[in-house]
Amino acid sequence: MSRRLAPQPGEWIDRNRPVTFRFEGRPYSGFAGDTITSALWAAGVRVLGRSFKYHRPRGLYGLDGSDSNAMFETRDVVNIRGDRAPIEEGMDLRAVNTFGGVERDRLRIMNRFGRFTPVGFYYKAFHRPRSLFPFFENQIRRVAGLGTVNSGKALRHTPKDYAFCDVLVIGAGPAGLAAALAAADAGARVLLVDESPRLGGSLTWHGNLDDSRDRLADALRRVEAHQRIQTRTATCVAGLYADGWAALIDRLRLTKLRARAVIVATGVFEQPAVFPHNDLPGVMFAGAAQRLIHHYAVLPAERPVILTANDEGYRAALALRKAGAEVVAVVDTRPEGDSPAAALLKREGINLLAGRFIARARPAGGLAGIRGVELCRVDERGLPRIEQRAEQLACDAVVMSVGWTPNDTLLRMVGTRMEYSAEREQFLPVELPGGVFAAGKVNGLVGLEDRWADGLHAGQAAASALGFGAAPGGSRPAPAGPAINHPYPVSDPDEGKNFVDLDEDLQVKDFRNAIQEGFNSPELLKRYSTVGMGPSQGKHANLMALRVLAKERGEPLAGKQITTARPFSTPVALGHLAGRIFTPYRHTPAHAFHTERGARMMFAGTWLRPEYYEVVGKTREACIQEEALHVRGSVGLIDVGTLGKMELGGPDAVRFLERIYTGRFDNLKVGASRYGVACDESGVVIDDGVVARLGPNRFYVSTTTSGADAIYREWQRWALCWGLKVILNNATAHWGAMNLAGPRARQVLQPLVDISLAAADFPYMGVRECRLDGVPARVLRVGFVGELGYEIHVPAGHALGVWNRLMEAGRAADVRPFGVEAQRLLRLEKGHIIVSQDTDGLTQPFEAGLGWAVKMDKPFFIGQRSLKIHQRRPLKRTLVGFQTDEARPRTMPRENHLIIEGKEMIGRVTSIAYSPTLKRTIGLAYLPPSMTAPDTRFTIRADGGELVPARICRIPFYDPAGERQRMTTPEEDAR
Amino acid sequence: MKLLRCPINGLRPIQEFNYGGEYRPMPDPDASTDAQWADYVFNRDGAPGVRLEWWYHLASGVWFLAEHDTARDVFLRTFLFEELGQG
Repeated sequence: MSRRLAPQPGEWIDRNRPVTFRFEGRPYSGFAGDTITSALWAAGVRVLGRSFKYHRPRGLYGLDGSDSNAMFETRDVVNIRGDRAPIEEGMDLRAVNTFGGVERDRLRIMNRFGRFTPVGFYYKAFHRPRSLFPFFENQIRRVAGLGTVNSGKALRHTPKDYAFCDVLVIGAGPAGLAAALAAADAGARVLLVDESPRLGGSLTWHGNLDDSRDRLADALRRVEAHQRIQTRTATCVAGLYADGWAALIDRLRLTKLRARAVIVATGVFEQPAVFPHNDLPGVMFAGAAQRLIHHYAVLPAERPVILTANDEGYRAALALRKAGAEVVAVVDTRPEGDSPAAALLKREGINLLAGRFIARARPAGGLAGIRGVELCRVDERGLPRIEQRAEQLACDAVVMSVGWTPNDTLLRMVGTRMEYSAEREQFLPVELPGGVFAAGKVNGLVGLEDRWADGLHAGQAAASALGFGAAPGGSRPAPAGPAINHPYPVSDPDEGKNFVDLDEDLQVKDFRNAIQEGFNSPELLKRYSTVGMGPSQGKHANLMALRVLAKERGEPLAGKQITTARPFSTPVALGHLAGRIFTPYRHTPAHAFHTERGARMMFAGTWLRPEYYEVVGKTREACIQEEALHVRGSVGLIDVGTLGKMELGGPDAVRFLERIYTGRFDNLKVGASRYGVACDESGVVIDDGVVARLGPNRFYVSTTTSGADAIYREWQRWALCWGLKVILNNATAHWGAMNLAGPRARQVLQPLVDISLAAADFPYMGVRECRLDGVPARVLRVGFVGELGYEIHVPAGHALGVWNRLMEAGRAADVRPFGVEAQRLLRLEKGHIIVSQDTDGLTQPFEAGLGWAVKMDKPFFIGQRSLKIHQRRPLKRTLVGFQTDEARPRTMPRENHLIIEGKEMIGRVTSIAYSPTLKRTIGLAYLPPSMTAPDTRFTIRADGGELVPARICRIPFYDPAGERQRMTTPEEDAR
Repeated sequence: MKLLRCPINGLRPIQEFNYGGEYRPMPDPDASTDAQWADYVFNRDGAPGVRLEWWYHLASGVWFLAEHDTARDVFLRTFLFEELGQG
């Protein structure tokens, strides 16, 4: 039973290219240019899908890209929109929301249970008893949701594209075409985008009743010939963001577009009339019927009734009549008039029934369509009076034309203020953000001349705002003539389901119930009822929901505003958005050595660092402990190239450091270095490092690895605020750095450098600039790991060479590389803290045992004022050292495990490890200040709730006098 | 994605910048009471409106100030710190 018409002028299908496909197992054919919906409708298929909740049969409704009940899936792709997606050869389609096929959906029984599943049903019914929720959840998930994802589908990378233009015109109807031409004529580069496969908007389906087709042909010729206009069809602007940033979605890709100005000419969405059975196949918008005829040459219905509140319904009636349908009647909510349109209709012999509405439709068997309508009269405002019965008509379709709402999603996304106009019975844009212009139907304009003029005006305004051409003369056309939108096209009898939201199967009574239960604002109503949350995002439902709310509350919509919209305006496949994983990371100059030596790498901030060097046949812990023991007993080399490295110069460099760090630096001698602690303004420890004085006004400062960039940024700002003459250079990447540590460190390094490493010449905490094997080097004597140590900084390009040279020169001394974990263990033995491991976002220096590094008598440093307040108050916690009672507890506590007393949490472990040197498990923890005496006992709750006893000890655990890091020979001591 | 005008580098995508918080001159630490100091350190006015903000251009290391209308999310003016009080 083909409904395909004879060729229509301007039709979108190519009759020379038949396409065959399957739907629910049966073969069908259409033509290239058909959508899935149009091809099936042409083949006489009426039930295209099942509704979300009641599994009612649904057909074609809007044919505007928002038909959420005609969605399909193939083996690989879900939720294909039938009214937008073209048919493809060999496609094998199913409807998405059925159990056992669209014809005999087993869940169609849900329709009978409607009164047991009122609005909010799932919220109310399934939360008790809680133990059964997993079962309920499983059952709900089985019946909810649309489509089945094929997780075995082959991976496909989706390309991303970038594009730029002066003026982006969204929507290529008459207003968009005029805007594009005006802006381009003024000199702007224009991108014209439309989600349809062809340009023209409503001109493509307004038929041959006026000159619109000639006008379209002329505009398309000019657009095509224009050098400054590019066009993209079948492309949807899914997101519009600040400053002309737009997300363009086509079949293949996401394009990120930057436009300097945006013209939104997106037109309108037709809105439904609400009456019982207004959802069944055969009930459709007038726009849908006309698009079917003019785009796809398909007869929408044999015997339709037209329900209208405006002259557009007459146009649909004439188009249907011309296509060969037997138009049963035009039911007009307006009183009888003698307009030229009405006269034309009568001349055609079409039965015009004025002052009436549809009280209810009569369903066909199995709800597979409708077989008639029952009319009622309307009052003087056109509102249905269902008790005043009128004619009963037999028909197979209802074609509705009761109003539109602006397609304003993109406008609202960028912050346009939309206000309800009582005069026009619709929302209208009243205030647009800068760089955004609206044109055409979205502005409430109806007539073609007005829309064209509005487009020209917007095009000129957008171009002239960018410096192209003159500002448009005259004012924009304003909406005129009678309102085309019916204020409340609703028949709401007690019996029969009348749908407002076809995505979510919501009826008028669902809204009434929700409002009565207190969900009586638009936002609450939306969330409780889920109106507008379906696949079409309420494009056909939101306005009606607001009208129901206004009526129930007795508050007119006039002047009401509508909320911001969020991206995306239309569903976008996740594959379009997915990007490849991009995690930038940094290598130190000695990276090649580490990987060759079998280092297990870890992230330290953005850097990759050796965690430890793997030795075949040994566990991670054994490797780490051997590395640590080797540093204590012999000598090790660790890559510390990730440290932040700042160079400071200028006459105010000392004053600057005095203000940044808590300690004193004005008395630091050239050639010496000192540990520095930095706080923020609230007195919280944010960084630490070593400040080395290379010259009177020249400093070299290390910061923590992960803090370097932020510290440098803040230093720049403070230097600016304080107006100090200081030069700052973040030299982190310019220098490679390594720490040679252990009793044999001097023996390894001395032969390579041109300075004396004797303790008297180069004491602990000294700094020297020298040559190392000919390479300029900065060497600092440091003690982080608690042994004799030299931190060697060389230009990054030389760092790998110097590293290898040290390994080679240290062969006799058995120098071995060690990683971050061994270093963490070694410094723990010394009780040295790691900022951000042993401190947190609230730790001030007095709690962390850093009081010795804070000079409160200085005139100023960042955090000083806050620390003065802290100083007057009792401490809340103190960082202490501890050891566990057992040398190796059966369950090893870990960092961040809690210290428990009774049922109270009284502290937290920040560092813990087994020390092979001390042969016991040691750690650092925060405890109340009352518990810091040595040998105070406490318990740590480890994994599995196991309580591990421990007691407080003095720190440093290892070499408390610090003799080893100072390490002088007896002769040197004597000097 | 928004654009922001760096006074040195011109109009750039906003990912190139780091937000540095509202511009709030530090009160004299010695002259302020504990309460005044705590107010400076901890309290921020989140009410929408026009305010002065610190921004930092990451690629070039430029700190500057921006007059930002947070109600409309519009940058009214950007300028270097040195020009504060001149415009």
